[in-house]
Amino acid sequence: MAGTANLFNRVWDNHAVRKLASGQDQIFIGMHLIHEVTSPQAFQMLRDRGLQVKYPDRTIATVDHIIPTENQARPFADGLAEEMMSAIEKNCDEFGITLLDLNDNRQGVVHIVGPELGITQPGMTIVCGDSHTSTHGAFGSIAMGIGTSQVAAVLATQTLPMSRPQVRRIEVNGELGEGVFAKDVALYLIRKLGVQGGVGYAYEYAGSVVDAMTMEERMTLCNLSIEGGARCGYVNPDQTTVEYIRGRPFAPQGDAFENATAYWLSLASGPDAEYDDVVVYDAADIEPTVTWGINPGQSVGVNESIAPVESFPKTEQTGVREALEFMGLEAEQPIKGQRIDVAFVGSCTNGRISDLREAARIAEGRKVADHVRALIVPGSQQVRQQAESEGLDKVFEEAGFQWRAAGCSMCLAMNPDKLSGREICASSSNRNFKGRQGSPTGRTLLMSPAMVAAAAVAGEVVDVREAFTAASV
Amino acid sequence: MFERHLRRPAFRTPTIFRCNVSANGEFYSFTEPTMSEIKQITGPGLPLLLDDIDTDRIIPARYLRCVTFDGLGEHAFKDDREQHDDHPFDREHHQEAKILVAGRNFGCGSSREHAPQALMRWGIEAIVAESFAEIFHGNCTSLGIPCVHATTEQLQIICEAVESDPNMHLTVCLETKTVTHGDTTHDCHVHEGARTALTTGQWDFLGELLEGEAETAHTAEQLPYMTNFS
Repeated sequence: MAGTANLFNRVWDNHAVRKLASGQDQIFIGMHLIHEVTSPQAFQMLRDRGLQVKYPDRTIATVDHIIPTENQARPFADGLAEEMMSAIEKNCDEFGITLLDLNDNRQGVVHIVGPELGITQPGMTIVCGDSHTSTHGAFGSIAMGIGTSQVAAVLATQTLPMSRPQVRRIEVNGELGEGVFAKDVALYLIRKLGVQGGVGYAYEYAGSVVDAMTMEERMTLCNLSIEGGARCGYVNPDQTTVEYIRGRPFAPQGDAFENATAYWLSLASGPDAEYDDVVVYDAADIEPTVTWGINPGQSVGVNESIAPVESFPKTEQTGVREALEFMGLEAEQPIKGQRIDVAFVGSCTNGRISDLREAARIAEGRKVADHVRALIVPGSQQVRQQAESEGLDKVFEEAGFQWRAAGCSMCLAMNPDKLSGREICASSSNRNFKGRQGSPTGRTLLMSPAMVAAAAVAGEVVDVREAFTAASV
Repeated sequence: MFERHLRRPAFRTPTIFRCNVSANGEFYSFTEPTMSEIKQITGPGLPLLLDDIDTDRIIPARYLRCVTFDGLGEHAFKDDREQHDDHPFDREHHQEAKILVAGRNFGCGSSREHAPQALMRWGIEAIVAESFAEIFHGNCTSLGIPCVHATTEQLQIICEAVESDPNMHLTVCLETKTVTHGDTTHDCHVHEGARTALTTGQWDFLGELLEGEAETAHTAEQLPYMTNFS
């Protein structure tokens, strides 16, 4: 499709139902994903108003946030978690929604399940009561997180009131160095553009680095859009996208797949596409990145030191001091060598098979440091099965990592996997907010799965490129 | 520490009940749009001039283990309050506050509606800040909580005024897009879609969306994935 419209505006226009009195657009939602935490109140709202689910086959449910990753016997030890599980089972049954529960080998973190089952497709609008819904943008969809009142609205009408954002194209050109991953690209972009730099924008990721990325890498990149303030981020669909989707259970099959492919590719932004903003970065500037603070924008390259407080804009200095105090770190201190207590590989950001393979490559033949508690939590049952078929579970267990069942786990610690006290965790997750990993005073260092595995072995933050050179591998 | 909040009645019942129950408590409609217009909020302010306050801080994830929003008010900023003896939400003289005054990027992070629900159930009716994270802003609007943008300088002046007289009333006016205290009026910014929705009563958007049923079906028919690309 030629023309100046970018993918975002094409997909938006295709889904615009009508103008609302507020001036917003009523937008049709192509796929609605739900989970146990943000949906129970929404179903209650339907009951209170005597409403049904309008398009029950456009909503798919799974369970992830509260799922224990060790003992999954029902009822769960945590009565509140059990109550939430019972609620989603009852709600899906009553309203006719497909639930991928613990007994279904398709269960897992909602943003891992959608793509791996082929539910996530280009050109769709996708929402979920979870901010990391931006992940699905990797396929060239408009995908964003919503609140519970909005979940109720989607269930009842399959639409939402939305204001059209601007579109910023972010090009990353060149080639990523060895040991530099999509996670590092995302953390680098958030550091450069700020944690609120994306407010009011949808991000289009492009450039030779993004073109060369696998779908799983694109998902990691889009997943972190929200951490930069952008409610959604996307990559234009290309042959990589098409090949990923081909043959997946919820994907169109046969002739329908050929029709779908033509449609999907026709939506991509063309060379003359227009944007509200364009920024360009060079892959050569991106290092393995580690956060030192309490938001994902507070990061450094692994070989950098934390900058002096005075070097930050005046308006940010109070926040920087607060972050350093909470983290127990000092300005001008290197991040390399920072001792850790816990290592966590998992989450919707980095809990896919490629993430586990990278971590396993580092773990193989090595041992987790004595003082470190290390967890590997696959993002879905399918990821877990795939990893086991490749023997990765054995690699991890022999190295002293705990091999767990699928779920969100210590990314947000709504299940029993938590930090305690002031423990400091090298984590492949997405948020280093105060208290995020389950202890109000617990501390998080975000980094790529390979860097987490390396930190687990070394017992401290290391540069994965130096710590494990070709000779030692 | 938070006992007085436990005693504090939630000022606002959940949207769902508020919209479907008439003033005398009589139930009148399941789906009828209610046109509860929100044009102005007046009450004491609560200064919290920090940037990048995320929704995990507003309501820690462990309090999301629930199937209703009841009782979330007492847990607002729970961890921050336990780590700081003099947190603004615990100060005796701010217990009647209705208008939260915050910094940049307020409500970033998780999409949990539990965050504005917790603030609302604590007693907050409007938020004035330098900027808001988008999902949080949308959640506030769906609950009828106006989010007003002010400059850093304006926020400092407002906070100083509140600190000097915590009982002083601030007025957030959506029609004039201003925040007023005493003789001082600040021209502010309000997202136009949210402002229209709040002042016309369309912030409880479900009724209006339901009215678009036929157009929705028409849009759906045009989308190739709705017919499995046949």
